Amino acid sequence: MKSKKSGQLRSIFAHIVLIILSFMCLFFFYILFINATRSHADLQKGFSALPGNYLFENLKNVANDGTFPMFRGILNSLIVSGCSAAICTYFSALTAYGLYAYNFKLKKAAFTFIMAILVMPTQVTAMGFLRLVTNMGMYDSLLPLIIPSIASPAVFYFMYSYLQSSLPMSLLEAARIDGSGEFRTFNQIVIPIMKPAIAVQAIFTFVGSWNNYFVPALVIQSKEKMTVPILIATLRGADYMNFDMGKIYTMILVAIVPIILVYLFLSKYIIAGVTLGGVKE
Amino acid sequence: MKKKIVSMLLIVVMAVNTFAGCGKPSSSGAGAASASAEEGKVINIYSWNDEFRERVEAVYPEVKETSSDGTVTTLNDGTEIHWIINPNQDGVYQQKLDEALLKQADAAADEKVDIFLSETDYVNKYTDAEANAAMPLSDLGIDPDKDLGDQYSFTKVTTSDTNGVQRGSTWQCCPGLLVYRRDIAKDVFGTDDPEEVAKKVKDWKTMKATAKELKEKGYFTFSSYADTFRLYGNSIEQSWVSPGETVIKVDQKIMDWVNDSKEWLDAGYLDKNVKGQWNDDWNKAMGSASKVFAFLFPAWGIDFTLKPNWDGGDGVWAVTNPPQEYNWGGSYIHACTGTDNPEHVKDIILSMTANKDNLLKISKEYSDFTNTQSGMQEAAADDKGYASDFLGGQNAFKYFAPVAEKIKIAPLSAYDQGCVELLQNCFSDYFQGKIDFDKAKSNFETAIIERYPDITEIQWPE
Amino acid sequence: MKQKHKKIDYAKWGYLFILPFFVSFFIFSLIPLIDTIRYSFFEYYRSGIKEVGPNFVGLQNYISLLGSDMLKYAGNTLILWIIGFIPQIVIALLLAQWFVDARLKIRGSQFFKVVIYLPNLIMASAFAMLFFTMFSTNGPINSILMSVGWIREPIDFLGSVLGTRSLVGLMNFLMWFGNSTIMLMAAIMGISPDVFEASELDGCNSVQRFFYITLPQIRPILAYTLINSIIGGLQMFDVPQILTNGQGTPDRTSMTLIMFLNSHLKSKNYGMAGALSVYLFIVSGILCFVVYRMTNNDDPDGSKAAAKKAKKQRRG
Repeated sequence: MKSKKSGQLRSIFAHIVLIILSFMCLFFFYILFINATRSHADLQKGFSALPGNYLFENLKNVANDGTFPMFRGILNSLIVSGCSAAICTYFSALTAYGLYAYNFKLKKAAFTFIMAILVMPTQVTAMGFLRLVTNMGMYDSLLPLIIPSIASPAVFYFMYSYLQSSLPMSLLEAARIDGSGEFRTFNQIVIPIMKPAIAVQAIFTFVGSWNNYFVPALVIQSKEKMTVPILIATLRGADYMNFDMGKIYTMILVAIVPIILVYLFLSKYIIAGVTLGGVKE
Repeated sequence: MKKKIVSMLLIVVMAVNTFAGCGKPSSSGAGAASASAEEGKVINIYSWNDEFRERVEAVYPEVKETSSDGTVTTLNDGTEIHWIINPNQDGVYQQKLDEALLKQADAAADEKVDIFLSETDYVNKYTDAEANAAMPLSDLGIDPDKDLGDQYSFTKVTTSDTNGVQRGSTWQCCPGLLVYRRDIAKDVFGTDDPEEVAKKVKDWKTMKATAKELKEKGYFTFSSYADTFRLYGNSIEQSWVSPGETVIKVDQKIMDWVNDSKEWLDAGYLDKNVKGQWNDDWNKAMGSASKVFAFLFPAWGIDFTLKPNWDGGDGVWAVTNPPQEYNWGGSYIHACTGTDNPEHVKDIILSMTANKDNLLKISKEYSDFTNTQSGMQEAAADDKGYASDFLGGQNAFKYFAPVAEKIKIAPLSAYDQGCVELLQNCFSDYFQGKIDFDKAKSNFETAIIERYPDITEIQWPE
Repeated sequence: MKQKHKKIDYAKWGYLFILPFFVSFFIFSLIPLIDTIRYSFFEYYRSGIKEVGPNFVGLQNYISLLGSDMLKYAGNTLILWIIGFIPQIVIALLLAQWFVDARLKIRGSQFFKVVIYLPNLIMASAFAMLFFTMFSTNGPINSILMSVGWIREPIDFLGSVLGTRSLVGLMNFLMWFGNSTIMLMAAIMGISPDVFEASELDGCNSVQRFFYITLPQIRPILAYTLINSIIGGLQMFDVPQILTNGQGTPDRTSMTLIMFLNSHLKSKNYGMAGALSVYLFIVSGILCFVVYRMTNNDDPDGSKAAAKKAKKQRRG
């Protein structure tokens, strides 16, 4: 009796906390949306809780500004993020499989090495990276944003844990007896089994790459190759000639809408996926 | 082999141009047309916004059209101007320009920087004789004394290196005024007449008494301490860093600014909520709901900053003389060493900065205070032609012209931008009472050495 | 005979499969790292558009960094990280507990899970910019508070040490608590129900159950969260950088190590930036090693076999 009542109280309390937290999470998106629908002059008057009717005009300003080619930027970001996600997951799975399924002399050393570099902050090598990219003639190109994602220790670790939990060695033996080549076994048997893990990490890599500012800002020079985060940063830095807060908010909105859409469509996958690698054995 | 011939040709062309330039100054149009055969097809112009492009489109006679996204302008002879725009803030513009300049020697002809722009804060970095990034104008065939004789002389000093060789030119000059709200003036002083208000703000001492008056009625005199910085910073006696030295000498005038700002802020003459410039709070201080009486702005400031941020009707703002003459900003055009289009560059510079008709047109269309003394005197006298609706029919040029003639530009150094920016940032904490005076000083020392590793010492006035 | 031949063959495949990873790593991470380390021993920077150096100066860069405010910035980084991490982990544990507790009957739990994860997807720079505008003295937060009547004067959030640091903490919290919640939830779900039932029979209350059963059982995941967070904290940059316009105001109290690094990179001081990078690299290595050791002394459910393996090797 008593415990039932306290249980109810706890339940109400839990709901209240959840609602407050959700409100905090959504509030900022709401403000962003409201501000994107108002003109600079409106914004000057102060905050309003209701949307204005300037969204279309702001969108038009964003689309027509050659100095900040937003839609080109979104395309670049899509290319970079898409390619990164694809090669990152594929090669991480390949590496994980290589270390999981085969026995060779340097196996342990290789594994330890990858675990050790898991913690290396990217900024540490940024300077050398820039010099290297320049010397290789890849400065101001999208390639250096894509290719290095082949080596992603964290994704590898995730894949490895997943393989441990879901790929029985007997399956591989069976494939071998059937005369399947090693590479074919990987592509046709292992990859389908790893689909859930690949999907999850593909989304994470995509999001991470979409939001990456540090490396692209170093490497990209020309307008037509800029990705979304650089454009946002440069827009914020724009001076008095471009002063239009409505446009800035709209640009941020445009930049995060694709990500939110992807997320909402795949949210079940993502939430299920966060837990896949770390938890299972 | 081919490259060698091209570069030989370039040298010859340049030499010829130099001689041609001496004999036959400023023959616009014709020069560009005849030269197009040997010159590169692409003129790369580095800038931080569309200001220069718009002005080129408006007055340069050779312009045929500009692409809809504003990145390429085609000239009548088929040459393309490529606009490479990077924002100023966070030093992005200079960073990108510096990268391009380092690669200038090896770049393909159509990739070379041909023209770049700079601002007063860092013009010195590029006009430095040793760096040799900006070509001496005389090498292009421009005779500064003759061709640019009508320019305000302080703009010529600004663009010259330490040997006095002019390495850039500008279409605008930026004398500043005091821009005030008529409604507030009426409320506090009983009159909004610019002559009367001028008396109230004629020097710093009078200004302070006026500030008190404004305060009693609940108004702020200026929005932020950063607003007044230019007035002090313009009148420093020695440059922040003397040529050839690595010691920063903070001028007494700068410390005056620090002390006065602190006093004014504590007295409530400035709006405590506005911290620095170019932020949202500062913009809002220009709106109708704000209690700020005045801003200190040059012509561009009224047009591009105040106007877009003002949400009321026309005729509320007016200009009058500031407590002290000052100059704020200025965009300088430089021919980049190694350009493959010297004739075009010369033609553009002359047409944009030495042609009085063009400059007056810019003044009319963009309210710029342009760089021709005789032209500006005409504008000052022509109340009808230059009346501004925004200023309630006032002819601002009447006020700008005398200020421009009195401006003495402060000695510049390549370190100015960092010094000005970091000093304002570091002392901002002091003004707000977060840290004491000595801490602000030491913070400035830390920050400046981070920005400029070659600085060895910072000297403060006694 | 045939068997043996095959075995050699397989090893070859192993090497082949991990080759792309290592090639890519050596080119894009190791060479730059060595380059960075090399320049840390040189005086090498740009003054204006003139280059100075490289001149070999030995450990000079390292020494002058120790003499600078580097340790203060390390302290700032630590404080900013803790302000965000403590609520993050506490709330995440609480929510995870609630989500798996069938008796609470959380309605719309799928909705809540989707929403709390949302901020994690937004680029930190855009998020910081939004915060900057909203918490400015004339911004919406202040005008809401004033119109509600809670405050009379606008609060200068970004003008005070507490305000700025709290905002950075709040943002880090908002961006990461959803992620941690979902990780921890899965960990708790992975605990065998038998254990809970047994504890119930023994008369454990929910608090005891949480501390004596849940926490020890989910230790590996907690460690994983902690390590991730430490790496993230050490690399903290976007949020304070944009919130304070790269100044770490007020009085450099929100200047993080990476912001410090960035200001050296910005002034093209390659030598100093290199030395700072090396410090950072060492610190992050030590921190992670310590955490690994602390949390993997025993491995109750064996879920961290991989990490254990790695550690074993390090011991050997």
